[in-house]
Amino acid sequence: MSQTWSAGQLPTIKAWQAGARGEIVNLILQTILKRLALGVVTLFFVSLVIFSAIQFLPGDFGEAVLGQAATEETVAAFRRELGLDQPAWQRYLDWVGAVATGDFGTSFSGRASSGVDRSRPVMEMIAPRLENTLFLASITAMVAVPLALFLGITAALWRNSIYDRVVNAMTLTSISFPEFFVAYILILFSALWWGLPTLANITDGMPFWEKVHKSLLPSLTLTLVIVAHMMRMTRAAIINLLASPYIEMARLKGQSRIRVILRHALPNAWAPIATVIAFNLAYLVVGVVVVEVVFVYPGVGQLMVDAVASRDIPVVQGCALIFAATYILLNLTADIIGIVTNPRLLHPK
Amino acid sequence: MTDTNTYSAASEVASTITRRTRWERMKIALKKAPLTAWFGMIVIAFYLFVAVFAQWLAPHGEADNSFAAYLPWGEPGHVFGTDQIGRDVFSRLIYGAQNTIGIALATTLLSFMIGGTLGLAASIRGGWTDQILSRIVDILMAIPSLIFALMLLSVFGSTAGSLIIIIALLDSTRVFRITRSVAVNVVVMDYVEAARLRGEGLGWVMRREILPNIMPPLVAEFGLRFSFVFLTIASLSFLGVGLQPPTADWGSMVRESASLMQFVQYDLKSGLTPLLPAGAIALITVAVNYVVDWFLHMTSGLKD
Repeated sequence: MSQTWSAGQLPTIKAWQAGARGEIVNLILQTILKRLALGVVTLFFVSLVIFSAIQFLPGDFGEAVLGQAATEETVAAFRRELGLDQPAWQRYLDWVGAVATGDFGTSFSGRASSGVDRSRPVMEMIAPRLENTLFLASITAMVAVPLALFLGITAALWRNSIYDRVVNAMTLTSISFPEFFVAYILILFSALWWGLPTLANITDGMPFWEKVHKSLLPSLTLTLVIVAHMMRMTRAAIINLLASPYIEMARLKGQSRIRVILRHALPNAWAPIATVIAFNLAYLVVGVVVVEVVFVYPGVGQLMVDAVASRDIPVVQGCALIFAATYILLNLTADIIGIVTNPRLLHPK
Repeated sequence: MTDTNTYSAASEVASTITRRTRWERMKIALKKAPLTAWFGMIVIAFYLFVAVFAQWLAPHGEADNSFAAYLPWGEPGHVFGTDQIGRDVFSRLIYGAQNTIGIALATTLLSFMIGGTLGLAASIRGGWTDQILSRIVDILMAIPSLIFALMLLSVFGSTAGSLIIIIALLDSTRVFRITRSVAVNVVVMDYVEAARLRGEGLGWVMRREILPNIMPPLVAEFGLRFSFVFLTIASLSFLGVGLQPPTADWGSMVRESASLMQFVQYDLKSGLTPLLPAGAIALITVAVNYVVDWFLHMTSGLKD
């Protein structure tokens, strides 16, 4: 008995379909909102942890900052400026309120025992550095992400071939190298044969291509470090799926290997791949500290290392908060990409 | 009537199959180990040997600066020359093995003690204990660990003790996660239930019922965490906020000799000096990763 649809029934079906789609969108939206809320809560607790850092300093750090010769009045004024005469929760609220308006306080350096205050606002120190770090991160990401996806997909396609084995061994090796080892080997090659600039001392007014030219070596180092991780994850995520029955079905239908991987395996693998890409993008902002120091690149990482060495807590706090926020934001984005591209959520039964 | 057929089903059933001893099984596994795993094991054994016997192997003292600064390679008594204040680079490399490996090992052990115990406790107790511990770990893991370590070091100052405790605490979050995730599958088993009903305490259930069953992933994780901790400590020392001089340490040795790199066109050997400690770090992390890779492959039961 064949079923026939009359013209009058069609709109109802369409309405039902639209209703179902609305429900799906609703479901996805709900999950995303939940993740966003979770991200905000995490950020709150992280800010609490970072704020508490200053509480652990030994009681009389005013003297350590201002010098032995500081008068009592200067130390008292300094403590008042930091708000140490107020309860901790009050200080936290003030700090968060100031941070929300972009004011991270003033640096400890540049203060003298005589009470002369030549310190600079933390934001003024961080802003140009952050721009440089983001510049390096974005030119690296533009090369590294497509390259890693390409290597990962081709390695999964020709798995257990010589190509796969070579790429695998090479990436396992480069994952385990410390960044400064990779960096110094590149510097060595560059000094001997390539003639690339080994000092990435870029400045504000520099033309774009000169900046790129100077940042070639640091960005190459970072590329080598992150491609390995992303490529291995892409390969593993795809190969993991190849054992599932629906892939076997596609293969038994006689579809080509490339089509099986690109059309059938890849859509289900996007979530883990997005996670690892986000993790590595976060690394590009957060983990560049060592590479920046090797190449004397004026980024946030180097600023933070200098601040740690001189125990300039407000600057350390500011940098840590920016890094943590970037990290949480990128992981959140990966989560959302994972939800949005999840075929099980998009086509519920 | 001769009975030539000596086979009897009864004797077949009666003869027990003796399980191979641990040693025999290990030999079989080693025979099948790939070349990379052998390479890794030999390198690790060599490093441990150097670390343990550093005092007898090193030709000069760790902080002995009684020589001329920047002697070239191959100078009598100084295979790799001397550093900026006249200490023998070769001796410092050997002492560096002891310091760096010792601290990394102590940190990893501490982080497994903290993270492993809490992870097991969370999975056995469940409920509120699990919820609270897991949420705290979530928050700590939301802060990138190198940045967190830098921040804490700026507050507490860089000493070997604070370095070990800070990095162990930060790393224990990851140990907690993996221990908990493998242990929750074992906790629901009947024999754990039986042990609980017998009235065994938390400690017994942890050590005797659960731990033996989650060993393989934890051993692999130990290798990975060790190489990660090793790299973190080397990076911090390289940045100048790790182990403080005059302690010989590979990370700070790279930093101290880095400036030699710019003369590589004129004197290749001296220019290579920073690559010696850096290469030493790279070699051991590669070796550990190779062994872990093999171990994971072996225990996961994948046969391809």
